[in-house]
Amino acid sequence: MSDTRNAPHVDMLRSPLGRVRGLGSAHRGAVTWWGHMLTSISLVPLTLWFIWSMVGLVGASREEVALWLTRPVPLALMLLLLVATFYHMKHGLETVVEDYVHAAAPKFALLLAIKGISILLGLLCIISVLRLGL
Amino acid sequence: MAEFQLPRNSRIGTGKTYKAPAGAKRVRAFNIYRWSPDDGQNPRMDTFEVDLDACGPMVLDALIKIKNEIDPTLTFRRSCREGICGSCAMNIDGSNTLACLKPIDEVKGAVRINPLPHMPVVKDLVPDLTQIYAQYRSIEPWLQADSPPPPDAERLQSKEERAQLDGLWECILCFCCSTACPSYWWNGDRYLGPAVLLQAYRWIADSRDERTGERLDALEDPFKLYRCHTIMNCTDVCPKGLNPAKAIGAIKQLMVERVA
Repeated sequence: MSDTRNAPHVDMLRSPLGRVRGLGSAHRGAVTWWGHMLTSISLVPLTLWFIWSMVGLVGASREEVALWLTRPVPLALMLLLLVATFYHMKHGLETVVEDYVHAAAPKFALLLAIKGISILLGLLCIISVLRLGL
Repeated sequence: MAEFQLPRNSRIGTGKTYKAPAGAKRVRAFNIYRWSPDDGQNPRMDTFEVDLDACGPMVLDALIKIKNEIDPTLTFRRSCREGICGSCAMNIDGSNTLACLKPIDEVKGAVRINPLPHMPVVKDLVPDLTQIYAQYRSIEPWLQADSPPPPDAERLQSKEERAQLDGLWECILCFCCSTACPSYWWNGDRYLGPAVLLQAYRWIADSRDERTGERLDALEDPFKLYRCHTIMNCTDVCPKGLNPAKAIGAIKQLMVERVA
């Protein structure tokens, strides 16, 4: 696959308009952006609830925490918190890389790593909570 | 990666100092970025001492005085000298603005003047605007409609519809906002930047235009539009008091409206 962006001799001869139009619009971004906004708003009450709950559970035994998680509302809110956190984290980190890393290879590697690590960590947390709560 | 140091041939050295004429009472120093493509030298900051009693009140007045009376090679763009043409946009005292609208009295101490940040420099205070003009061209900034206009009249819009364009049509394309935007610094080749996005919204918001959907299609892109992280430097520096961040927010809102 040829790289259409980084060949300097091609870029020099291309018109400024051709360079600016580049590969065109990706027709993507609205849903991602909206998801980022919704998770950032929902994480405010969810995080406050999480802190409040953890303060209430200070000194509790493993069984007591597991028992707390078997109740539907804490379990549902906990899962929501985890999904929102890792979704938000993934998109936030991807944005940082897209903003600051411009060399193609490290950018691609970092974006893949962020996707993989976010999904893996998120799954691990969700499975742990479900094992305690179900 | 993002670069935190200028390349070796762009590092700025100390230049010449031009003293104020003897007997001058109200002297102010102007530290001005100088670079010429012809001499192979690094950029430098020259210092010009100007007698404010013999100079107009604005920074542009001082620049014109320096060019006329001290160093005719000092190069900058200027035309209307009243904030309408947008030519004399530059970085004054660390902030992008129009030299013609910036009173010298508003600056404490020496007046530092640089070209608009993060743009290729043609000479001294003249930035190369080729790319940003192409970006402006790419959003097709003209009215597009399939319906023919009435044969004997212009296309009409109500007063309310016309009011939607207030805060947009006043933009003079000085690009103070785009060149103040960190997202535009890091990704200016793909991100359209606040000035161009404000102009894009000016046509999206126009009730006479029939290509709103196509315009939104063309902007829906992680780089063209969504590099805006609401940093608000654009709104902060706009010498016309406009709010490009709000216009970009309105575009994002419309994007959600058509999927939600």
